[in-house]
Amino acid sequence: MLELSNVSKRYGDRLALDQVSFTVGDGRLTGFVGGNGAGKTTTMRIILGVLASDGGSVTLGGAPITEADRRRFGYMPEERGLYPKMKVLEQTVYLARLHGWAPAAAHRNALELLERLGLGERTNDTIESLSLGNQQRAQIAAALVHQPEVLVLDEPFSGLDPMAVETVQGVLADVAAAGAPVLFSSHQLDIVERLCDDLVIIAGGRIAAAGPGDTLRTEHGSERWELLTAGDAGWLREQPGIQVVEFDGGWAVFEAESDAARQAVLAEAVARGGVVSFTREHTTLAQIFKEVVR
Amino acid sequence: MSTEQGRSAGRVASEASESRPGTGSRYGAGAPTRPATPSFVDSVSLIAGREITMRLRSKAFLISTGVLMLAVLASVMLGSIFGGQSETTKVAVIGGATAVVDGNDALEAVPAADETAAEQLLRDGEVDAIVAPAASDPLGITVIGLDSTPDSVVQALSVQPTVELLEPAAVDPTLAYLVAFGFGIVFFMSALTFGTTIAQSVVEEKQTRVVEILLSTVTARALLTGKVIGNSVLAFGQILAIAALAILGLILTGQRVLLGGLGTSVIWFIVFFAIGFVMLAALFAASAAMVSRAEDIGSVTTPVTMLVMIPYFLVIFFNDNPTVLAIMSYVPFSAPVGMPMRVFLGTAEWWEPFVSLAILLATTALAVLIGERIYRNTLLKTGARVPLGEALRG
Repeated sequence: MLELSNVSKRYGDRLALDQVSFTVGDGRLTGFVGGNGAGKTTTMRIILGVLASDGGSVTLGGAPITEADRRRFGYMPEERGLYPKMKVLEQTVYLARLHGWAPAAAHRNALELLERLGLGERTNDTIESLSLGNQQRAQIAAALVHQPEVLVLDEPFSGLDPMAVETVQGVLADVAAAGAPVLFSSHQLDIVERLCDDLVIIAGGRIAAAGPGDTLRTEHGSERWELLTAGDAGWLREQPGIQVVEFDGGWAVFEAESDAARQAVLAEAVARGGVVSFTREHTTLAQIFKEVVR
Repeated sequence: MSTEQGRSAGRVASEASESRPGTGSRYGAGAPTRPATPSFVDSVSLIAGREITMRLRSKAFLISTGVLMLAVLASVMLGSIFGGQSETTKVAVIGGATAVVDGNDALEAVPAADETAAEQLLRDGEVDAIVAPAASDPLGITVIGLDSTPDSVVQALSVQPTVELLEPAAVDPTLAYLVAFGFGIVFFMSALTFGTTIAQSVVEEKQTRVVEILLSTVTARALLTGKVIGNSVLAFGQILAIAALAILGLILTGQRVLLGGLGTSVIWFIVFFAIGFVMLAALFAASAAMVSRAEDIGSVTTPVTMLVMIPYFLVIFFNDNPTVLAIMSYVPFSAPVGMPMRVFLGTAEWWEPFVSLAILLATTALAVLIGERIYRNTLLKTGARVPLGEALRG
């Protein structure tokens, strides 16, 4: 388990991180969400030891992270980059070897991973000759080639086509399933929502909310219901204990004071006829995000 | 943590045991596929290896090295031609004159049957002169030329008295100038070439942002050390190749005399260069780390470039000035040129190179420490040039 407690970072007068604390559990895919300049990249750099914090601690399994531990981290920085004149395979093998893999094993790992990422045919091309999308895939290979035991990825999905997004999602899920803590940031909230077990929301250098997605939904999302009928749903406004949030002809979103009040709405709708659907509205991450950041 | 592990399936979980402090890994402590954490030396040699491989693959590097080699070879050849190296002169000999010409290193005897045959050889240009027996001459021979006095033959056959000088000049001034120029240009070219290379390599990593991945894997110290060693090996290899080529050229052109006098000073030059280059490399790397774009390398490395250029000009202009040379031989930046020069001229006591070397070593250690600090503090600062004060403070 990767744990941050009270991590702070100051850039001159600006407090970039203010007592940031959260955990990334083993085998948990954790999404790291926040606006631009909220402190995501700074946090990740501190976890990787690339940047020194001004206070607080980062621990792995309860112990402070050593240099040896960090060799087992997989990192994809926000600012992408590989050696432009090195070949894809050569570059990937080089990084695996810097992490301590023997040449043969490094070679095997790299080939296997590049194949999976759809770069099997481009292994002998230089990085600079690849398209941006393929460079991005090579970057992912660079973060994963040493079979990391902790993954920290800064915006791994930006710039990827839908096929590659799919592949990378699969790879991340596999790494997490193998028991590694995985932390990644993304502005694509739909992907985060679909993929993540846990969420960490950061705003202005402070953690606004953190925890399992379901818990956050219960805490921050109000319970809403959606009704769609063939006829006009105007009668909803007259129902006792019901607060209509949105309304449009036969469609309405409402909050109910009690279970009984909600059941009464369904009974009334069935009695009036023409019910198309009656569902509990799913609180999206975007909604939670807006609420906690506000 | 145990519940997390219990929930997860697959490779890592099945191998996971209790956390074992000291092994480094919290997961696969017993896993056979999990490599050991590479040591500092391992990392450095990988980084240095990459620097060397990539440089050797660069066409620009190979071409410039080739040009430098050709220049060295050409200057050795030119030295041979203009150095007035005495070659043997062919002379036609008639009869009893053979005894006089034989045993003279400067002359090669071409036997001729009689005077007519010898004259024919001379007119055909086969020989430069004829040496014929002459009973009336005190030496017993006559030298016959075609249209002018054959000076080299006359010289070779002359008897010269023993000459003794009361204050012999240790080294011919022209030769001293040539040697000074040689040390200066080789130091200047190599230090500048590889210093610039190292600067470019540092900025390339910053500009392409690959440095952040590298720093998350290895320490800034390992990265800097690997770069400096990789490029030092290349620079050193080039120096050795130049030295070998020059020595080979001197032997092939028969300039063995020059070689003998140069030996010790060349060895000192190589030793001083090896250490001095590490110092310059660290300074080049640190300067380059302060900027983020290749275009800014020139301006930011100017101070270090000056440190390389000044000794070059000083040694060329002041190689006959003992005071300037003595100072140069102790100032760390010019010692790699100054001290070997003094050793060559024979003006340095035996212990002087060692003292100068100690000063150079201490300065190099200091430069590496400061360089590493600047390098570490500025690597992740992209954008505008980082001011020196900030780079030192961090």
